[in-house]
Amino acid sequence: MTSPTISALMVRTRGLRKRFGGREVLRGLDLDVPEGQIVSIIGPSGSGKSTLLRVLMTLERPDAGRVEIAGEPVFSETVRGREQPASEAHMRRARARVGMVFQHFNLFPHMTALQNVMEAPVHVLAMSKKDAHRHATGYLERVGLTDKLTAYPSQLSGGQKQRVAIARALAMRPPLMLFDEITSALDPELVGGILELLRELSASREMTMVIVTHEMTFARESSDRVLFFDAGLVLEDAPPGEIFTAPRHERTRDFLRSVLQAR
Amino acid sequence: MRFDWDWAFALRILPTLAAALRVTVLATTLGSCLALTLGLLLAVARGSSIRLVSVATGSAVEFVRGTPLLIQIYFLFYVMPRFGVVLSPMATGVLALGIHYSSYASEVYRAGIEAVPRGQWEAAAALSLSRSHTFFRIVLPQAIPPIVPSLGNYIVAMFKETPLLSTITVVELLYTAKDIGSETFRYLEPFTLVGVLFLALSLIAMAGIRFVERRLPAYSS
Amino acid sequence: MPAPLDLLPPLLGGLLVTVTVTAGGAAVALVMGFAGGLGRLSRSRALRVLASMYVEVFRGTSALVQLFWVFFVLPFFGLEISPIVAGILVLGLNIGAYGSEVVRGVIQSVPVGQWEAARALSLSPRRTLWHIIIPQALPTMMPPAGNLLIELLKGTALVSLISLTELTFAAQTLRADTLRTPEIFSLVLLLYFGTAVMLTAGMRGLERRLSLWRSARGTG
Repeated sequence: MTSPTISALMVRTRGLRKRFGGREVLRGLDLDVPEGQIVSIIGPSGSGKSTLLRVLMTLERPDAGRVEIAGEPVFSETVRGREQPASEAHMRRARARVGMVFQHFNLFPHMTALQNVMEAPVHVLAMSKKDAHRHATGYLERVGLTDKLTAYPSQLSGGQKQRVAIARALAMRPPLMLFDEITSALDPELVGGILELLRELSASREMTMVIVTHEMTFARESSDRVLFFDAGLVLEDAPPGEIFTAPRHERTRDFLRSVLQAR
Repeated sequence: MRFDWDWAFALRILPTLAAALRVTVLATTLGSCLALTLGLLLAVARGSSIRLVSVATGSAVEFVRGTPLLIQIYFLFYVMPRFGVVLSPMATGVLALGIHYSSYASEVYRAGIEAVPRGQWEAAAALSLSRSHTFFRIVLPQAIPPIVPSLGNYIVAMFKETPLLSTITVVELLYTAKDIGSETFRYLEPFTLVGVLFLALSLIAMAGIRFVERRLPAYSS
Repeated sequence: MPAPLDLLPPLLGGLLVTVTVTAGGAAVALVMGFAGGLGRLSRSRALRVLASMYVEVFRGTSALVQLFWVFFVLPFFGLEISPIVAGILVLGLNIGAYGSEVVRGVIQSVPVGQWEAARALSLSPRRTLWHIIIPQALPTMMPPAGNLLIELLKGTALVSLISLTELTFAAQTLRADTLRTPEIFSLVLLLYFGTAVMLTAGMRGLERRLSLWRSARGTG
């Protein structure tokens, strides 16, 4: 693996703003995420955490600001020397560098687990069906679902569905992976298994990971960096060692106290 | 009141009516194919991000839904020849039925497509699947099963409106009944038999739709 | 352009008949819709069967077949019905059959707790039905009723085939006289559509008036 001569930023946002109806959910966010970093994002609901991920995944267009993924602007492109809003084709190329696992899985219910994982490699990466089959089987085995390849989502538990969703996203080998509260919709006894999988992924250092989570243990033990979001801005940005033991802001302290008490 | 039912006469005209029934069924089948295909195209156009396309399609659909099929049949039959398009009565009738019912079908398709959770579109986007691929391979297969009963009901409704084609000389059931009546001056048997035939067939069709409905996949993601 | 508009006066006479039949048919459909819908919910088996037969027969055969039956067959039994009465009755009964399914469905969807609360207050079943249940059901009935009203309007065109001098009949007559077919049919289509738009707006206004007691809440 050759290391880049300039420090490579996987994610770079400047002045990111997004408004829904009357409320400004992201209020001028500036963020740099170096390549390979594992970032956890914590904060109260409504603080903009999920919206940030959705903007990075191009599911939402920002109202203002700049977003770059792997050095390329996402929402604007240079055409004949002039910068203009990005076309759908440009955004699709940007999108291909990002993968996302959703809170509510969003598996394709009319396809088996294997077909779910094979779909994009075949139709986007133009893999042959045979290669994709092998490829998908490998990822499903990696997430521990060797015996569920031909099962339909309706036949899987929540934890199993989320594993398929993770395999499906990983199979596209995106350099940036986004995880949007992937354990929040799971029954408590299934959460541990998914967190274990997430720990393995982060330890393998294969990609840059941005993880929105309520699981403080995971954030503390497995991330390089923790961001505390509050009201559309990053209030604190520190390694887990610092932020959990000595948070600098009152709001962070209040939040951590209320979350840890709820257990 | 004279209940003058003549069973012998009724049985005599049954084969003639059965032959006319074939015409009715043919018109319904062809009209349905047109309606189901055109309806899907209209539903896609309705959802287009190009404002002109979606608004124009929406207005056209509203217009066709809000005006009588009979006038639409007349319009096609009498006006098309003036523009050099001459079709047989059957073809004209099928075209009219297809266009009229495609407007209903497009509303049904739209409801089915909108019922597919947003998360499906988002998951497909997160995998970089193209919009058309997402629509045809992910969304549409989930949209169709719940709307099959509604589409089926409209096909049955079309079947019951085929008598309107008798006004442009398509020799279907009602035309034939009128014919028999004007020849023999016995209207009771032909019209009652036609009524019974329509009733029986639509009851069978509705039962069939309910049967199919029970065997449709029910997806949850 | 004065040219197509000179065709209007004869057509407007037909439109008036169309609106009359629509109004009359709507009145019949309203009565039959409630009769059929409540009949199917009745505790009496005989009423339920009767109502079901009415609904199945009138829904299972097309309005045109019913119109022709009334126009061609009934005279042999000594019953001569004028086209306008035939149109109002047949269309009203036809649309009323569809309406009774709407009535039935919506009344069944009113929460059973409403019946129980009324019972606890010793209200009679009749009073409960007419003063508690139906007022709550009415707003939900409006959108499908609006669609049925448009179907009724479109159905009036069929009555031209038994010689009622409504809009479609007027159009055919005008065609025979002037041969200006495309203009005539285009105008007629616009007249039907315009009437449909006004009826829909009217129904929406009615729905709003009947929904005043509802707060603005979304459905789950």
